[in-house]
Amino acid sequence: MCGNEALAESAILAGCDAYFGYPITPQNEIPAYMSRRMPEEGRVFVQSESELAAINMVFGASATGKRAMTSSSSPGISLMQEGISYLSGAELPAVVVNVMRGGPGLGNIAPSQSDYFQATRGGGHGDYRTIVLGPSGVQELVDCMPLAFDLADQYRMTVMVLADGILGQMMEPVVLEKKKSRELPAKDWALTGAKDREQKIVRSLWLPEGVLEKLNYKLRDKYKQVEQNEVLCEQYEIDDADVVVVAYGVAARIVRSAVSRAREEGIKAGWIRPITLWPFPTEQISKAADEFRIFLVVEMSNGQMVEDVKLAVNGKSPVLFYGRPGGGVPNVDEVLDLIKQMTLRPKM
Amino acid sequence: MMKTVFKRTPTLKDCPTHYCPGCGHSLIHRLTAEAIDDLGLKDRCIGVASVGCSVFADDYFDFDFIQAAHGRAPAVATGLKRSKPDCIVFTHQGDGDLASIGAAEMVHSANRGELITIVFVNNAIYGMTGGQMAPTTLVGMKTTTCQLGRDPKVAGYPVRVCELLEDLKGVAYLERVAVNTPAHVAKAKKAMRKAFKAQADGLGFSLVEVLSQCPTGWGQLPKDAVSWVDDNMSTYFPLGVFKDVTADTGDK
Repeated sequence: MCGNEALAESAILAGCDAYFGYPITPQNEIPAYMSRRMPEEGRVFVQSESELAAINMVFGASATGKRAMTSSSSPGISLMQEGISYLSGAELPAVVVNVMRGGPGLGNIAPSQSDYFQATRGGGHGDYRTIVLGPSGVQELVDCMPLAFDLADQYRMTVMVLADGILGQMMEPVVLEKKKSRELPAKDWALTGAKDREQKIVRSLWLPEGVLEKLNYKLRDKYKQVEQNEVLCEQYEIDDADVVVVAYGVAARIVRSAVSRAREEGIKAGWIRPITLWPFPTEQISKAADEFRIFLVVEMSNGQMVEDVKLAVNGKSPVLFYGRPGGGVPNVDEVLDLIKQMTLRPKM
Repeated sequence: MMKTVFKRTPTLKDCPTHYCPGCGHSLIHRLTAEAIDDLGLKDRCIGVASVGCSVFADDYFDFDFIQAAHGRAPAVATGLKRSKPDCIVFTHQGDGDLASIGAAEMVHSANRGELITIVFVNNAIYGMTGGQMAPTTLVGMKTTTCQLGRDPKVAGYPVRVCELLEDLKGVAYLERVAVNTPAHVAKAKKAMRKAFKAQADGLGFSLVEVLSQCPTGWGQLPKDAVSWVDDNMSTYFPLGVFKDVTADTGDK
């Protein structure tokens, strides 16, 4: 199974009730798979007229209390930002998969990580956050889906799974199984028809003075909770490391190989791999920077996550960057050479 | 003995609306509510408010409601209806919302034959934002963004929504009505009922276009606005049934 199909099946196992999507490469296997499997399961599949429509169909489906998702790739995700902002304002859960490709504009269809800013900074208008998961293999992509639906339902937020063209197209053996869901709050806000109860209203417009400010404080408190409870990150051989390489997603796989080879050559290198890109593992990186080490951030972009790493390191250690934008993929030798050069530098 | 001949329909909340004096919106809300009450659909009704003057529609109806982004109400309604097929889902949209920014959502929800009802308020102007040119603004009509009158060479001709949709196979019921005279209101009530019934019977997409007066946006007295609908609007936007799949022959 390719990553796209695997994540689609995993979403079905996670109880996705409704999928809405519009074709775009390199994620077309997701709607294709869903168009066959969702009706088999008696669930909803609609090919929408646009990404704008798709995310707004998610908005409607989610408002009924059903688990709803969409998927797209970078240009389509840009179109969905309006809907994600409204979902955030109305506090509706949703899962959005972005199988990133090169940009800006139509860009190309090669894998890229250039939507990090858009994903982790909200992307649409208004003061809101989305939870962003950055898996680095097909199994992790599979494992992300039930987690994404649970997080979305628990916090009533949009959860974005930030994959890329390699992950979507790559084939790896996977274990697909139904996971036990977290204990989740009841969806007492869902619109189901007001039979024998008061009416319920889902809205994101709050004109009276102070009401929207209050809602924004409520959202801020919720986001703080997410930051406290939901950070996921993986670390390798940090304790004695002179060089710490930080990368996520597919770039982290390349880094992993480069660091292992550096270790074989006696270089004290380690890596940190954020799995949640928001909330970001600020504390873990900050702790690693308490002792002087050189940080290297590797991304398939001109440098986006590196800004979060710099904020986490907060001047305690130098932070260097290596990136390949526009569909370029760094190879292991490039990263290994950089690690070697860095360790040749005189200690500051 | 006193006999009640007219009363508030139960689904409409007992509160004043925010609409301007002489506006057609509150009448249209009432007709919508009456159709829902007459057909006994209130308990399973979900309304979709759009962006424009009717953004606060949820304040006036006593059933579940959701606010959609500008133009996206038919997509939101699609998500609602597909997830809750037993519910009756309708959108209340103005001309800017439906025929301009939401044109794609309108055409494609109709074409898919979504089992939703659209109550389309055509008053030839953007009311809430202060009277800009709408896709349905008449040729020569003055608005804040066509101050010398709509020039078709610059802005094209007004969009006739019913005529645009009537060819689509997913459409079950399509009628254009007005609410400027008692006779027109009575006809509009029947149209509303037919549209909701088409949805309840699972026949397909239904839309009622209501020509509505906007005295504030038009800069007219309410009584003049009422005549203006007959004299200027319904000549370009002819009233009548454009599609009715329950009729023996396609009447128009």
